[in-house]
Amino acid sequence: MFRISPTPLELPALRAPLADARAGALVTFEGWVRDHNEGQAVQSLEYEAYVPLAEAEGERILAEARARFGLLGAVAVHRVGHLALGDLAVWVGVTAAHRAAAFEACRYIIDEAKARLPIWKKEHYASGTTAWINCATRPGPATAERRG
Amino acid sequence: MNELTIEYFALLREQRGQATERLVTAAATPAALYAELQARHGFTLPGDRVRAAINGAFAAADAPLRSGDLVVFIPPVAGG
Repeated sequence: MFRISPTPLELPALRAPLADARAGALVTFEGWVRDHNEGQAVQSLEYEAYVPLAEAEGERILAEARARFGLLGAVAVHRVGHLALGDLAVWVGVTAAHRAAAFEACRYIIDEAKARLPIWKKEHYASGTTAWINCATRPGPATAERRG
Repeated sequence: MNELTIEYFALLREQRGQATERLVTAAATPAALYAELQARHGFTLPGDRVRAAINGAFAAADAPLRSGDLVVFIPPVAGG
């Protein structure tokens, strides 16, 4: 199950559907809002998503992981909205009979999610400025005048 | 001419100043549509850094557009 959530993530509720007597391993990943990025002091983060496509692509990633690593269960949830330092931004949990598959699958899911999901992150810096991550462009002659 | 609905997210939404619009255009592909919108609104992202989705699914830059389509341009992503 993959979901985009506009509300804070509740860990016990996220874990609950993974309960499975066949599972010998649960591996989870938590992505937290940290206070710095590329040398700048970060105060908060905004996440925005194109929800229908993010959820469809997220389900595809989970299906790939299940097939590839023989998982018993896989859940991932990504926050949208304005998050504070320390907030939980993304949670991934996978179960498998043995730990090796669970570790690898968890890594696969978070890596693919970061690369593929239509989710955007805007950092708010201590300096008062903001930036959409990965969207910086070099101002050339054509764009400089429009930026004003 | 195609009558399209366009939704904007993140940097493109801010640069457009709105989240959605309807547009009648001669643009027949996402690449042509982005070029038209970029010229009109001054989007800073070059076309080759923006992916397209048509009706909720990723689409090639040269996919055909049809009247009634919902087009979303996807700036470089940064989840996680």
